[in-house]
Parts: sequence; C-alpha cells; structure tokens
Amino acid sequence: MPLYHNDDQAMLKDSVAPFVAEQAPVSHLRKLRDSADATGFSRDLWAQFTEMGLPGMLVPEAHGGLGMGHMETGIVLEEIGRNLTPSPFLSTGVGAVAALAKAGGTQAGRWLPAIASGEAIVALAIDEGAKHRPDRIATTATRAGNGFRLDGKKSFVLHGHVADMSIVAAKTDGGITLFAVPKDAKGLTADPRRLVDSSLASHVTLDGVEVDADAVIGEVDAGGEILDALLAATRTGAAAEMVGVGQGAMDMTVTYLKERKQFGKLIGEFQGLQHRAAHLYGEMEVARATVMKAQQLLDEGSEGAKLMVSVAKAKAGRAANLAVREGVQMHGGIGMTDEYDIGLYMKRDRALAEFMGDVHYHIDQVARMNGY
Amino acid sequence: MSELDAFRTEVREWLEANCPAEMREPIRDEDDICWGGRNFRFKNDAQKAWLDACAQKGYTVPDWPKAYGGAGLTPEQTKILKQEMKRIKARSPLDSFGIWMLGPALLQFGTEEQKVHYLNPIARGEIRWCQGYSEPGSGSDLVSLQTFGEDKGDHWVVNGSKIWTSYADKADWIFCLVRTDKTNKYQGITFMLFDMESPGVTTKPILLISGNSPFCETFFDDVKVPKDQFVGEINRGWDVAKYLLGHEREMISGGGAGGDMISIGGAFAKAFGKNAAGELDDPILRAEMAAFDTDVFAYRAMGERFMDMWKTGRAHPASSNMMKYVGTELNKRRHELVMSGGGSEALEWDSEESKGGARARSWLRTKANSIEGGTSEVMLNVIAKRILDLPGA
Repeated sequence: MPLYHNDDQAMLKDSVAPFVAEQAPVSHLRKLRDSADATGFSRDLWAQFTEMGLPGMLVPEAHGGLGMGHMETGIVLEEIGRNLTPSPFLSTGVGAVAALAKAGGTQAGRWLPAIASGEAIVALAIDEGAKHRPDRIATTATRAGNGFRLDGKKSFVLHGHVADMSIVAAKTDGGITLFAVPKDAKGLTADPRRLVDSSLASHVTLDGVEVDADAVIGEVDAGGEILDALLAATRTGAAAEMVGVGQGAMDMTVTYLKERKQFGKLIGEFQGLQHRAAHLYGEMEVARATVMKAQQLLDEGSEGAKLMVSVAKAKAGRAANLAVREGVQMHGGIGMTDEYDIGLYMKRDRALAEFMGDVHYHIDQVARMNGY
Repeated sequence: MSELDAFRTEVREWLEANCPAEMREPIRDEDDICWGGRNFRFKNDAQKAWLDACAQKGYTVPDWPKAYGGAGLTPEQTKILKQEMKRIKARSPLDSFGIWMLGPALLQFGTEEQKVHYLNPIARGEIRWCQGYSEPGSGSDLVSLQTFGEDKGDHWVVNGSKIWTSYADKADWIFCLVRTDKTNKYQGITFMLFDMESPGVTTKPILLISGNSPFCETFFDDVKVPKDQFVGEINRGWDVAKYLLGHEREMISGGGAGGDMISIGGAFAKAFGKNAAGELDDPILRAEMAAFDTDVFAYRAMGERFMDMWKTGRAHPASSNMMKYVGTELNKRRHELVMSGGGSEALEWDSEESKGGARARSWLRTKANSIEGGTSEVMLNVIAKRILDLPGA
C-alpha cells in the first residue's frame, strides 16, 4: 500500500475538511470557551458528526458502523486539529471503539452500536497521576457478589463528567482488566477541571463502585491486550490531531510572514525566518508521513505497529510543538494576544502532547522496544 | 505462476549461477568497490567475472533500454532483481557516476546517437566518469562559474579549474559545466563531455580532514573539446545541471527509504552493557540515542512516502531538497553518536583494531553530507522559495 491517500480517502478529506472548517472553526471553540460551556463540546455539532457517520467510522459494520480504518479516522482528526474543534471523537470514536472492537462480547454489542448512532459518549479512564504510566495502574477491582468492586482514582479523563460510560482500567488478581462503568454507577464521581486549552478533563473517583461481572470488557485478567489496542489507537489519533494542529499553526504563520512588514520589508524576506520556516516544513512533513505509517500498520494489524505508534506520537509531538512555538515567536507581540488564534494552537498542542504519553514517554518506549 | 514470479525464479537461478561466492561477502575495503574504467585494476578474478556477467546480461543498469546496455526491465522487475541481489548479499557489480549522474542526463537530454555511443561503455564499466561542477569561486553559487570555452569553429578551447571533482585522478572522461556566453548568467553555460587524457587536463588530489582524498582539483589549460561533445543545447547546460541536481537529491533521499529499522541504541547497548533495569548504562546517551532512533524511524516513513509520491508524480518537485536536508543532517547526528558511543576507542586513527580509524574517518566524512550536492542552507532557501513561496527568497 502506498503511503498516500487513495481516491476514497481523498474524497473523504474533501468532504470532511470543508465541513469542519465551516461548522467548527476556531471561533466555535472561542464561543464555547467564552460562554463557560459546561459540557466541553457542542452536542449540536456532535449530532452533525453523527449525520455524516463519523462516530461510527471505526465501528465494524456488524455493529452498525462503517468498518473503516485509522487512516480514515486520522483524516477527520487532522481537520479537528487544524480547526481546534472540541469533540469527543478521539476518546469515543477511536479509543473506545478500538478497545470494544478488540474485546468483542457483551460490552461491544451494547456500546458499539450506541457509539455509531451518536447516542453514547465514552471516556477513557486510564491515567492515575500527572503523567501517563499505564504500566503502573493501581486502581483495583476485587470480586464482590456477582461482579466486582472498583476502587481508585483516575485523572485526565476527557469528557469524564458527561460520558455515558467510562472504560476503566483496573488491576485484578492475575493482570489488568477493563470495565465498562456506566455514568450512574454508585460511588463514581467525576470532578471536571478546565484545562489550558479550555477542554474539560475530570478527576474520577471510584469509591467502591459495584459492577456486574458482564461489565468486564473482554476477559478478566486479559485486559492488557485490549488496553494496548485502546492506547495504540488513541495515541495514533492524538498524533494525527497534532499534525492538524501543527499544520494549522504553520500555515497561519507562513501566511503572516507574507503579510507583515518591518524595516520596509515583508518579514518573510528575512533569511533568518525563512530557514526556520523551511526547517519546520521538513519536520511537519516527516511527522505526517510517520503518522500515516502508524495508521497503515495499525490497519494492517502489523506487529510493527506498536513501535511506529510510539515513533508517531513522539515525532508528531516534537513537530507540532515546534510549529506552535515558532508560530507565536514569528507573530511577535500579536502572537501573545488572546485575540489572535495562534496562542490557542499552542494551548491545544500542549494538552494533546500530554495525552496518552508525552514525547519523552514515547522516546523511552522506542528505546525499550529496541532492547535498551 | 504470475509473470513476476517466473521472473523472480529466473533471476534467482541466474544469480546462483553467475554471482561468485567472493562477491557475496561484505565490502571491507575501498578496493572491494568496482568502479570500472580504462585504468581500473580488479582486485581479483571474481570481481571482474561478476562485472562481466552483469554487463552481458544488462544488470549493471537493469532499467536502461537494451540498446544502451541495460536489460530493459520494468520498475517491478528491477525491484525484484534488487531484492534477490540483497537476499544473497551480492555486491554491486559496478559503482559509477556514469550510471548515477551522466546516464540520467543523457537519457533525458541526449540524442539517440549520443545515448548509444556513451551509455553502452558506462553500462559495461569501460569508461569511468567524473563530474566537473564546482569551482574555487563557485560553490553554492554554482551558476557564477567561470571556466570558459572559447568558440573556435569546430571546437572549444576550455580554460579554468574545477574543485571537488570526485575521483578525477581515476576517471576517464568528465561531464563538465563550461561557460560559453559571458553575457548571460543562466543561459550561457554548456554541459560538455571530454576525455581526461586530453592535452591540458591535470588533476591534483585534495587531502581532506578524514585523511582521505576522494576529491580533486582539476585544471584545464587550453583543452580542445570538439563541438559535438555536449548534452542538450549549447548555452542551455544549466537546465541539464538542474535536472541532475534534482536527480542527485532524489537519489540521496531514496537512500533513506526501505532500509532495515536498525536501532543505534540497540547496537550500542551490546557494547556498553545494561543496568539492572535492562537500560543502556548511560542515561543521557541512552536518551539521545533513543531520540535519534525515533527521528530515524520517522525519516524512514518519510522516505517511503516520498518515493511513493515521487514515482507517481504526486510529490512537490522541490521536495527532494527537503529530503536531502533532513536526511543528511540525520546522518551527521548518527556519526556524532557513534563517536560518543565509541569513546576513546573511536578516536584511534590508524590502528588495526580500529580498522584504520574507520569510525573517526567516517564521522569526518559525513560532515560533507550537508555541503556536497547543495548545502543545507541552500536546501532551506529552495524550500522557502519554491515550496513555502516566501517573498524575495
């Protein structure tokens, strides 16, 4: 498979890009932010996403979805990134779907059709501290009655306070088990915090939450593989969104270099800025190729996917970070103002970079996967 | 069996019968590389037999037409031949600037007569070519070159000098940019071809920081060049040169694609040892190597995407400049890490253990990567101007 979009994928991009740019440009984010929106995204917009079939893109056809791949969801995520669109698409339509589809069984049958039809928002309750350490999950699930009792604290749970269901990773006797915890579960509390990018992420407390045995996603103690699928999908998706954020910031900045005059010249004439912009272009192109490679390997079910997913999350993180930093710097004083959009790109990039493992985490993973 | 499968079987059998065992050993020394040419001294019979067998079959330039010494293979067949050669670890039968540089220029701009006349000896490894581009006063600003060819009716008289001429002291012929009109900067250069044994041609090797001398200064003192020895049109040699530079950058870029995912940190962990946690036992170097590995794996994906797009006409025509910039800067970084990883052992310059200072010399050699074929700064200029469309660049 060549590493560029085929005709179908190009058509998808041609329909999604103008849709997101028209319905949810940066002003849409500003409106939600300035009205102190308590949901974290627009339900009207999510309804429009649903009309286009976007939440069910990755859902297998047998469960009412479109049975597409990560290359396709990546196209949507890039546009979400470019427009800084607040949306549960990544957590619900990508991360949760990947886990449920991998596990199959009761929970897949219960939730996948609901996701595809736009009825269900699903949150991912994985992290427990300030940093992403999925190998050190301390939340416990102990057998109680017919099911389990969950105890622990989760953090950085995007959409956790409005999710219809949260996928909770917990320790069981013989490994990790994933649970589908419905929003009305007793003992479950979500405390939403406004983040730097105006998104809402919750600290979730599980205080003796009781769930039935069939709340298990997949098999007891066998959640490791399902968690891996969830993480790979979400990380690759976040990387695709970062490519969109970085590209949006870069495009805005290159345009500015062609408009702003100082010393009687367009600042884009200065070689000091030209070389930095050209270097950034190279980094963004490499990041884009890397993310596409990770998507392709995931879609093929290749063993090499895991390494490339970490490479993609790290590389996209580095490139998008460079794009937003150069963006603010090259805009000069106006780049520091709230009125101008470039700062919003910097904020979103920071949140996405942290989500599901930052650059350092994934570079460390690259070392480990190569035996050092 | 599909046609391609049948072709693979045929190639496999041919290689088995024709590639000598010695030619399946890794390259150890410079003289393991076959450059061909009038004065080339084969290291052994196997090296000559391998070249002759490939030349006869058209496999030194498999994708060139048969009339020019190639095998006329399709891209898919060429790929299969390369895969099969790689599988048995066969050495390249012939390395040659004629194949890499002049050949593509002739195929694009040459007359039918020129193609037959010049390409066949290149394919057979009979004539070794060198490239005369840079001059002492014209490096990055190549188009300012001043080597001049005075029109004498049926020939030019060429005077001037070239620098960084790779292996000029070993080459038989040179393809050379020569000014033929002093009043027109871009449209006053002719892409000439002439014999290095012509009276008035002298070469002087340049000793580099690596201690090696792969490059020469080349002097032209009233060198007579017949008027039919040029490619393209008279005074339009810059078009040919630009095409070749793009081709060269594409070639360098392609070098990053398709290779194995070899980790530098993984290789050094064996030499360095690991701590109890199984990590390379030098945390800061480990981190730098891991960051480098990440960038290399990312660049491999870029190389794959670039080639996929380039071959199907989807790539921006200037994107090979970006590939050259990113790839050469990465290679320099690799060799800095190799030196750090090697410690004081990597400093040894001529000991047997150090294979004659191989690591140090390679490290120094890579510093030229971002200078030759267009400096990194020129690459960034081109990206700024042609891709980002920045003003006044």
